Amino acid sequence: MQVNVNVNGDGQSHDVEPRTLLVHYLRDACGLTGTNVGCDSSSCGACTVHFNGEAVKSCTMLAVQADGEAVTTIEGLAPSETELHPMQQAFHECHALQCGYCTPGMVMAAVSLLDEVPNPSEHDVREGLEGNLCRCTGYHNIVKAVLSAAGGDA
Amino acid sequence: MIPAAFDYERADSAEQALALLGEHGDEAKLLAGGHSLIPLMKYRLANPAVVIDIGRLNDLSYINDGGDHLAIGALTRHRDIEIDDLVGSQTPLLAAATSQVGDPQVRHRGTIGGAIAHGDPASDLPAALLALRATMVITGQDGAREVSADDFFTGFLETALGDTDLLTEIRVPKVPDAGWSFQKFNRRAQDWAIVGAAVLVNNGSTGVGLVNMDSKPVRSAAVEAAVSGGATASDAAAVAAEGVEPPADLNASVEYRQHLARVLVRRGLEEAGRA
Repeated sequence: MQVNVNVNGDGQSHDVEPRTLLVHYLRDACGLTGTNVGCDSSSCGACTVHFNGEAVKSCTMLAVQADGEAVTTIEGLAPSETELHPMQQAFHECHALQCGYCTPGMVMAAVSLLDEVPNPSEHDVREGLEGNLCRCTGYHNIVKAVLSAAGGDA
Repeated sequence: MIPAAFDYERADSAEQALALLGEHGDEAKLLAGGHSLIPLMKYRLANPAVVIDIGRLNDLSYINDGGDHLAIGALTRHRDIEIDDLVGSQTPLLAAATSQVGDPQVRHRGTIGGAIAHGDPASDLPAALLALRATMVITGQDGAREVSADDFFTGFLETALGDTDLLTEIRVPKVPDAGWSFQKFNRRAQDWAIVGAAVLVNNGSTGVGLVNMDSKPVRSAAVEAAVSGGATASDAAAVAAEGVEPPADLNASVEYRQHLARVLVRRGLEEAGRA
């Protein structure tokens, strides 16, 4: 089936099987491998992308569900080749990653969180990121980075 | 994990969804937000020959004031219910239970109708809808009918929905002044409840819905009878494990679930009683 998806502002058109998961569509058809597959069972959040502006787990969506809609991946977040998105910058400055595997999903979830809760408390950030697992950092610096990106004291 | 191959149909209207169901019957599954169905298909626990995508039926995504109740379209996403002012003021128990479903990403995609139609005893929403005495509106091939939450959940992952039925609306009584509590015990954020309890105390009538305490979502008739007989919260909660048959699994034995039910129902009755 032919699907047309606006991915990071670019019109993508591919012939896919209906059973193709959105994350595989993004990685294999669109060649955007920044979105990782972690648990593959909608628990870990590594595959988080924005679907029409909201964080979703792309391992639990079919590509056909995105037909005609807009998806943003980690590759589409930065404003230019030389500039990071403020959330990416905050992760960099707060050392909010170690192995980095969860980071694309974590950043996408964090951006979506600040869209909904612009001035979160530490509790709001921890609750808001409950759908994303990190096995390295203990979350401390991730929470710090999100609070920093929100403009609060971190 | 990738689902087995299936034929994909997209419905552009409720009428078309019903026509497709009529054509494909038990060969087909409806796809709303997909957060119950897609995991089942990835694990190959469900292998429908046809998937009918109703996810774009925006006509079925709404929260309306129906006078004595809120009328919630089956395709309304959890996130929209969680933050809705009307739900928050008129039926805050539903808002609280909805905020406990999965995680933010799941709540952005999952729908109330999809969660209810899945009929999972471990799901948060059925317990709340049972305590609230909600009514489901089912549209079949011959028109619509109303089914009480009590009659809707019929068995493990089984509901009153027939193969060619479409769940279209959930009607939740307005209870702005009721005492309420939603108690959920799990080991990790975003996990399913090991046991949960939804409690509503409204005008002297008490509803208690239990999560993961039987093969289907249930009300605790024993606790409700004890409360209406004048028992204290503590005494009423002591019978929370009576009349139900909780499952045993990796997370909890039968005995542990019985214990949790007594503790959570007591906390729930106490919290709801303070309102």
